[in-house]
Amino acid sequence: MVPLSWYIMLSAVVFSIGVIGFLTRRNLIIVFISVELMLNAANISLVAFSHYLQSIKGQIMVFFIITVAAAEAAIGLAILIAFYRNNPTIKVDEINLLKG
Amino acid sequence: MLPELFFAYFAVTITGLSILVITRKNPVHSVLWMLVLFIHIAALYVFLNAEFLAAVQIIVYAGAILVLFLFVIMLLNLRKEEIEQKFQKQWPLGMLAGTLFILFFVIILNKFAVFPAPGEYSIQAIQGEGNIMVIGKVLYTEYLLPFEIASLVLLVAIIGAVVLAKKKISE
Repeated sequence: MVPLSWYIMLSAVVFSIGVIGFLTRRNLIIVFISVELMLNAANISLVAFSHYLQSIKGQIMVFFIITVAAAEAAIGLAILIAFYRNNPTIKVDEINLLKG
Repeated sequence: MLPELFFAYFAVTITGLSILVITRKNPVHSVLWMLVLFIHIAALYVFLNAEFLAAVQIIVYAGAILVLFLFVIMLLNLRKEEIEQKFQKQWPLGMLAGTLFILFFVIILNKFAVFPAPGEYSIQAIQGEGNIMVIGKVLYTEYLLPFEIASLVLLVAIIGAVVLAKKKISE
């Protein structure tokens, strides 16, 4: 039997890799992909908890997280397209219109 | 022994694939590695007796979200110099923050113990009725209101995406 803490550790590592990608990459699309990575890491830990605590609520929660992730990807990429039309760059450090 | 080996394979592969995802220069390659990563995560869900979520993971993530990403990359038509320099100027700080995150988790999780108060959904109970049946029953009774709100969220996402990405008609 694989102990629960292994799953949580895997989830933590994937989440941290997502954080690193979010903070270091310049390409806005990869930043979005890193957010998806973090959501997936949270999903892994929720499913593992659901299995080990013999409760179904973790899986229900993952279902809702996937719904919100889909909505977030659609809206985020639409904003990206709308932004790119006005200002053709997707480098994160050049998107500083609101910097003042 | 065998479950540990399976888990070790998936853990190593998932970690390696996530590093590949965030380090590729070309976003298309990133998205394709992400596809392999999602399939591995779905296999991990099967391993944890969550067959329904494994199917949803493949259909929604690999089938819908990644295709959306690919379409947007295609629409943007990035020039060569857009993807030249991979990392921001402050990347050492970001790296430091991520490493601190990992350290924090490792320290916390070493002191971490769960005392499972066994719920009513043991593996036998779920297998007796079927994973999808159990999830459906809970979803349509106990979580009916959040389920409806989720449909509303999706509606907002559909309309919002169309409104945001639509070309402005000049007056």
